[in-house]
Amino acid sequence: MKLERDAVLHIAKLARIGLSEEEIETFSEQLSEIITHFDVLSTVDTEGVEPTAHTLPLRNVFADDVSRPSMPQDAVLALAPNTEDGYLRVRAVLE
Amino acid sequence: MPDLHYLTIHEAAELLARREVTSRALTQAALDRIAAVDPKVRAFLTVTAERALAQADAADARLAAGERGALLGVPAAIKDVMSTEGVPTTCGSKMLEHFVPPYDATVVRRLFDAGAVMVGKTNMDEFAMGSSTENSAYRPTRNPWDLNRVPGGSSGGSAAAVAAGEAIYSLGSDTGGSIRQPAALCGVVGMKPTYGRVSRYGLVAFASSLDQIGPFTRDVRDMATVLNAICGHDAADSTSADIETPDFGADLERGVQGMRIGVPKEYMPPTLDAGVRGRIEAALAALQAQGAIIDTDVTLPSTEAALAVYYVIAPSEASANLARYDGVKYGYSYQQGAGMWDNMEQTRGRGFGAEVKRRIMIGTYALSSGYYDAYYLKAQKVRTVIRREFDAAFAKYDALVAPVTPTTAFRIGEKSGDPFEMYLNDVFTLPVNIAGLPGISVPAGFVEGLPVGLQVIGKPFDEATVLRVARAYEQTADWGAQRPAL
Repeated sequence: MKLERDAVLHIAKLARIGLSEEEIETFSEQLSEIITHFDVLSTVDTEGVEPTAHTLPLRNVFADDVSRPSMPQDAVLALAPNTEDGYLRVRAVLE
Repeated sequence: MPDLHYLTIHEAAELLARREVTSRALTQAALDRIAAVDPKVRAFLTVTAERALAQADAADARLAAGERGALLGVPAAIKDVMSTEGVPTTCGSKMLEHFVPPYDATVVRRLFDAGAVMVGKTNMDEFAMGSSTENSAYRPTRNPWDLNRVPGGSSGGSAAAVAAGEAIYSLGSDTGGSIRQPAALCGVVGMKPTYGRVSRYGLVAFASSLDQIGPFTRDVRDMATVLNAICGHDAADSTSADIETPDFGADLERGVQGMRIGVPKEYMPPTLDAGVRGRIEAALAALQAQGAIIDTDVTLPSTEAALAVYYVIAPSEASANLARYDGVKYGYSYQQGAGMWDNMEQTRGRGFGAEVKRRIMIGTYALSSGYYDAYYLKAQKVRTVIRREFDAAFAKYDALVAPVTPTTAFRIGEKSGDPFEMYLNDVFTLPVNIAGLPGISVPAGFVEGLPVGLQVIGKPFDEATVLRVARAYEQTADWGAQRPAL
């Protein structure tokens, strides 16, 4: 299956990745080749087989409802490029 | 006295216990070795010399006070995918070039509590995506056995550091073979424990249902020692298994007499490199001579689909995990765009390298509306089939044995232009992650001067048997004691 330019741009938009013209071209080729190899999945009979999300015999894991110290706010905000009054600052979402 | 930088952990611990060497001397030897050979090998992204010597002095004080410990005062290297408080953790990416974590990963904390000395953080494929360490945004690491060849990946720096004598042991992470494959190509021991054995808290996430931390060591005894220190339940990782950690050294020397060992046919295909095949067959003969019952007629029919399962599931999980790199909270941030969305797209377009973008794109596609059932859900069902085939095999065999890689180390640049060709390196290792099993690579000799690894795979949480088989084989030869000419 060939991923055309429009499909690559649609995926890039969903993934919020800006691509150069050159990348759009190479990814169209490379992703098409990789996805073609996924066809082998259809050769395996999975009738009545449950999916596996992870391999541990775990369902829900609950933490005790006990408060404990968290990381200091200033240490965490110090990692951000833009902050104001203890908040992360971003450009306007709606302009 | 032997070269301090090529000691095993147990040799170092004995010398430290007898006070014949100090941790400072061991640490200085590792740092000197790094200064001498790392300009060629390039295993490290950050060398933490000052901090290492301070940790060594602290360990020497504990030793002087009479304390003893298997890892106390022994120098180690940590893959740059694990958070280290106050020490840069780049993940091999420009996205995290200036990221200095405010906390330690649980494994790092456990090693430090045991008195380990960290000499530095090792190079890796960006976000652990790759099989050659060529995807590092900084520089490729080179194979100590042939500097024109790759060390494997993604934990190539950690494998090369141990092989080159720059650390006595190291930690890596393995999502589809990223510990076992570089261990095989660099001629050291590398192990991926059962999924859930080791806490992933503080491990930068790639594919959360597959990622597992594990050690690189110079022999199987050392492997058991490091596992004893890093395994165990951690409330900070909800997928950490709440199961008792045995003493992994307890059964190490019991041998393989009467043990049933299966060799899956699909792992010895006609396309397997003849040299690698020869080494694996010689290893099987050695295990048989030790009393193991070898059956080469085992079949895991869905192995052929494992690569596709992996390249649907791992990128899908990665596309979700890597959504956090938005230029808002931490990491690289492009700020000169037309608006918030443009900034985000530019941040991710500029901050991620080609392979990371490729995998995020594959994952986004596989999870997108209209393709979810055909790709992601189907891959999860085939995952169940693969696990069941392993379970059926383990009803008959105590362990499975196979090659780790289809070939020895390839040349730098040889496969970097063809992503799919690169993915084929991991065909024998990624089924083990898909099924959540423990697997080890133990040195099995050389082909034209390049190391070959023997893979031993076990039942979930039966690392003890895996280690026992690997130890029995290791003692029939001295491959792990060979050193590259650097």
